[in-house]
Amino acid sequence: MKTSLLAVPRGFLSLLTGMRVTLAQFFKPAVTVQYPWQTLKMPARFRGHIELIIDPETGRYRCIACKLCERACPSDCIVVDGAKLEGEKRKSVTQYQMDFTKCSLCGECIEACPSDAIRFSRAYNLAGTSKDEYHYDLMKRPGPGEQGP
Amino acid sequence: MSLLATEPIRLLLSLLCIVAFVGGNAAYLVLAERKGAGRFQNRPGPNEAGYGGWLQPIADVGKLISKQLMVPPDADRLLFRLAPLVVLTPAMMCLAVIPFGDTLVARNINVGLLMVFSFGSINVMAILLSGWASRNKFAIMSSARVVSQNVAYEIPMLLVVITLLMATGSMDLGEIVRQQAGGFWHWNFCRVWINPLMPVTFVIFFICMLAETNRAPFDMAEAESELVAGAFTEYGSMGFGVFFMAEYANIVLGCSLATVLFFGGWQTGLGAVPAAWGGWGVLVGLGFFMAKMYALIFTVIWVRWTFPRTQFYSLLNLSWKILIPVSLFTLLLSSAMIKLLPR
Repeated sequence: MKTSLLAVPRGFLSLLTGMRVTLAQFFKPAVTVQYPWQTLKMPARFRGHIELIIDPETGRYRCIACKLCERACPSDCIVVDGAKLEGEKRKSVTQYQMDFTKCSLCGECIEACPSDAIRFSRAYNLAGTSKDEYHYDLMKRPGPGEQGP
Repeated sequence: MSLLATEPIRLLLSLLCIVAFVGGNAAYLVLAERKGAGRFQNRPGPNEAGYGGWLQPIADVGKLISKQLMVPPDADRLLFRLAPLVVLTPAMMCLAVIPFGDTLVARNINVGLLMVFSFGSINVMAILLSGWASRNKFAIMSSARVVSQNVAYEIPMLLVVITLLMATGSMDLGEIVRQQAGGFWHWNFCRVWINPLMPVTFVIFFICMLAETNRAPFDMAEAESELVAGAFTEYGSMGFGVFFMAEYANIVLGCSLATVLFFGGWQTGLGAVPAAWGGWGVLVGLGFFMAKMYALIFTVIWVRWTFPRTQFYSLLNLSWKILIPVSLFTLLLSSAMIKLLPR
């Protein structure tokens, strides 16, 4: 009898406690990001599709078209081609295509690369309406600075 | 001026004002509700339409109006179309007797309180109609739930109002407010020498008001995440919009009634407005009325975004096992104190 009578004011007080908690939230600033207008910076270890690295000294791709990434890829989604330019010892990449519909972002290609020529990009705004839009020609994709944060 | 002063014109104008007041409130309380929900959940709420989302209600109404009002083939066509109006009209009619200021009342009748409650209970019948007329089993089931909920909460609501009536001795809402003149300790909420449980009475009134207007945590009528839209399942377009408006009109009505009954209506709570202010005094009173009313409406929104929806049996338990015994006790206590204590 006594406990059931006490349950009513106790329950009411617990309701008031709940209301105090929500009121405290009411005056806190919003934590959401207004997406199209504001974007979050992607973390350093974010895995987007791979991109080719440009050597800042020469302004050319570091890739030597050795095709190790093509062989390392478990999903067979990379196609690389290269040619030897006049008067150079190394080969240069002429074609680097990847099929992002198959890529599982495992990073085997990056591990395999002997010349540190590829890395994960931070691109995540990758909506599309057809499969073909995800067959990337990495030499035509915009550079790292222009691919979003 | 003489034309404006005639009674029918004055009445028509004040009723027009009430319709505009209800419409504007219904539209912008929806925005306030969504903004409030956003703030309680640490997000900004609607902010795309217009600066800070101020055009959102207009966009919503435009969208609802441009949709087709579908009537299900098996539905009772007349009742189906009538139900939204039967929900909205009583709420608007009740506002006609609410005194917003000393002289600011559309129609002052001496049984205003009785009128508010008799019209207020039409709301239940209209929701039953809407469920019944749409020939949809989910709608009928949830309108049956609404009826049992509203009947359960009508009782403690009326019991606390009777408690209050014994203290005031009048059903004239203007008279009830005039009795609360002076400092805020004269407001019925604080008049513990009439009945020491007066604040409890207000809490019961407020809970019952939430339940009667089908607001969260008692929103069994709509229960959007569980029952599609409950009794309003078959309604689309502005038919649904009118139910929405009626919900907010009922909140406005309930909160203004709570202001009148417990918080001294247009009284400032700091003493009378100086007579020298003349007509401006009425405006000051109106300002205080609105401030109290919107504070209560904010509490309604606050409650909605704090508590999860109750289960149906605990909803009925709350009414029959707690609210009704407590309100009966306050009624007895109040009558005993009136009988025994010298006035």
